[in-house]
Amino acid sequence: MTPQEAVGKLKAQFAAAIGEPSEFRGEVTVSVTREQIAPVCQFLKKECGFDMLTDLAGVDNYGEDPRYEVDYLLYSFTHRCWLRLKITVPEDDLVVDSVTAVWRGADWQEREAFDMYGIRFRQHPNLKRILMWDGYPHHPLRKDFPLAGVPTELPETAVNAGIVETAPMLGGPFVAGSGTRSSLRKEPRQYDTIAEQQDKLKTPTKKESV
Amino acid sequence: MATTQEMELIDSAARAQQMMEEELHGEKMIINMGPQHPSTHGVLRVVLELDGEEILNAWPDVGYLHRGDEKIAENMTYTQFIPYTDRLDYIAPLANNVAYAYAVEKLLGIDVPPRCKYIRVICSELARISSHLLGIGCFGMDVGAMTVFLYTFREREKIYDLAECISGARFTTSYTRIGGLANDMPATFLPMVRQFLKEFPATIDEVDKLLSRNKIFIERTQEIGVLSKEDAIDLGVTGPCLRGSGVDWDLRKTHPYGGYENFDFDVPVGAVGDCYDRYLVRMEEMRQSVRILQQALDKLPDGPVNAPEAKIVLPEKKAVLTKMEELIHHFIAVTQGINAPPGEVYFSAENPKGELGFYIISKGGGTPHRLKIRAPSFVNLQMLPVVSRGHMVSDMVAILSSIDFVMGECDR
Repeated sequence: MTPQEAVGKLKAQFAAAIGEPSEFRGEVTVSVTREQIAPVCQFLKKECGFDMLTDLAGVDNYGEDPRYEVDYLLYSFTHRCWLRLKITVPEDDLVVDSVTAVWRGADWQEREAFDMYGIRFRQHPNLKRILMWDGYPHHPLRKDFPLAGVPTELPETAVNAGIVETAPMLGGPFVAGSGTRSSLRKEPRQYDTIAEQQDKLKTPTKKESV
Repeated sequence: MATTQEMELIDSAARAQQMMEEELHGEKMIINMGPQHPSTHGVLRVVLELDGEEILNAWPDVGYLHRGDEKIAENMTYTQFIPYTDRLDYIAPLANNVAYAYAVEKLLGIDVPPRCKYIRVICSELARISSHLLGIGCFGMDVGAMTVFLYTFREREKIYDLAECISGARFTTSYTRIGGLANDMPATFLPMVRQFLKEFPATIDEVDKLLSRNKIFIERTQEIGVLSKEDAIDLGVTGPCLRGSGVDWDLRKTHPYGGYENFDFDVPVGAVGDCYDRYLVRMEEMRQSVRILQQALDKLPDGPVNAPEAKIVLPEKKAVLTKMEELIHHFIAVTQGINAPPGEVYFSAENPKGELGFYIISKGGGTPHRLKIRAPSFVNLQMLPVVSRGHMVSDMVAILSSIDFVMGECDR
């Protein structure tokens, strides 16, 4: 069975919930309505042989409506092909049905999407943060989360507690693009003294307080 | 108001039985294994629920090495992200470079010349040998066979020398470029690989003699951490762990990429799915990698290593300094990045740890809109609670080693 045939079978079963399939570089993507994702996955596993969930990715299309998107990549060991499902999630109702009942492997992948984007998966057995620590207040992969990070208190632990500082952005190691400074200064290790670097770190926070 | 309360009345015989059981099983204990524990191979923390020595439940806790690679990728050009791929599976950086380059090339819709493909195959297989040597060496050491570690690390040192020869760095290679390689291989590289291939099979035989029929090693690994075929597929496990459980699936065979269809090699498959099978699969994969390497060296084609697309691959420095058009291409490629078409692609390569996939969503322009890394270590670690239940704490060490994960890749 090719992915196209699987989409055909899906359409026969869930007519209204399935969008037009698109193809790019030989990969078939089909959009599914958010409400139907769990039954569609169940159907694809039972009837079409898609027995593995290879990948699950949250996406933030900031500025669009609906804002979020979850992409599922399924693989079939019997037919040796991939199929991608796509659902959109609006910002004011960030809830998706979990597919952990279909593939147990979805467990950590859904936790990661929750951790990074704040998308909640209904009926997930253990929806906790996975890469960030418990109690972290933000969702870092959202487009409106700054690349430098946000100063955040670390949880109280026996060893140390403190504040996570933001990364040095101007001339920092992350951002490419032409800055106002010379290229020699772009690399933070090029600062003459540590004091100068610390001054640089402090200036933005002063501005914020004003 | 009168309330009725239901009471459970247990007859005395059953009560005595229950008390006996409670006394026998005693109190359950929760202990931490890691994040600083030599056998967790990095910063993995496992919370264990124990009944004496027996593991009732295990909860892996990951994220200690989270650096936000996916966030960083969204803020830089495709070429700039190559060094970050070194730091995913840092045991096999060359293989990550290759997988990432193919993913971006798939998005751009370009093909690389045959010589580039062959060099990339050589890089991937060297990385596979390097990773499996570390996996097996540490596996042996964790279950008490110290010697193997020294033997395998002697060979890994030679692979580091090879990586230094070809890319200039032992560890953080960043060898591939989008549409080609950083440079063609130096003339000294081929004789060095031939020399390595001459010496290396002897080491596999030595390790084989030290471990494969070693009574202690067998007792520690056979029937330990059995992962059934169905569980492996359901959990999304890939790589040697999946093949150890008896699924004949290797991306190099089932979905050949980068010229792997031109090579003659076998895919080893386990029968039981225990730690010993995963060990055997890795041993055989190293032998097969040697076969692939020998074929690649014999058939290595001549020609350029970079694709001819001028807007993707950086032009020669000499041309940049003397010609107008090349200067413009160079300037745009460096300042704005490679202009990718809008679309989404998923490319996965058979890495030493399993299926390493890059899912790239492009909205056009020089930076990805979203880059999801499907890390094999992250997905494979989910099998830990499934396979460790009912075993002893000391078996946990063997199970962790046999999964062979890298936290740099797991936490990204």
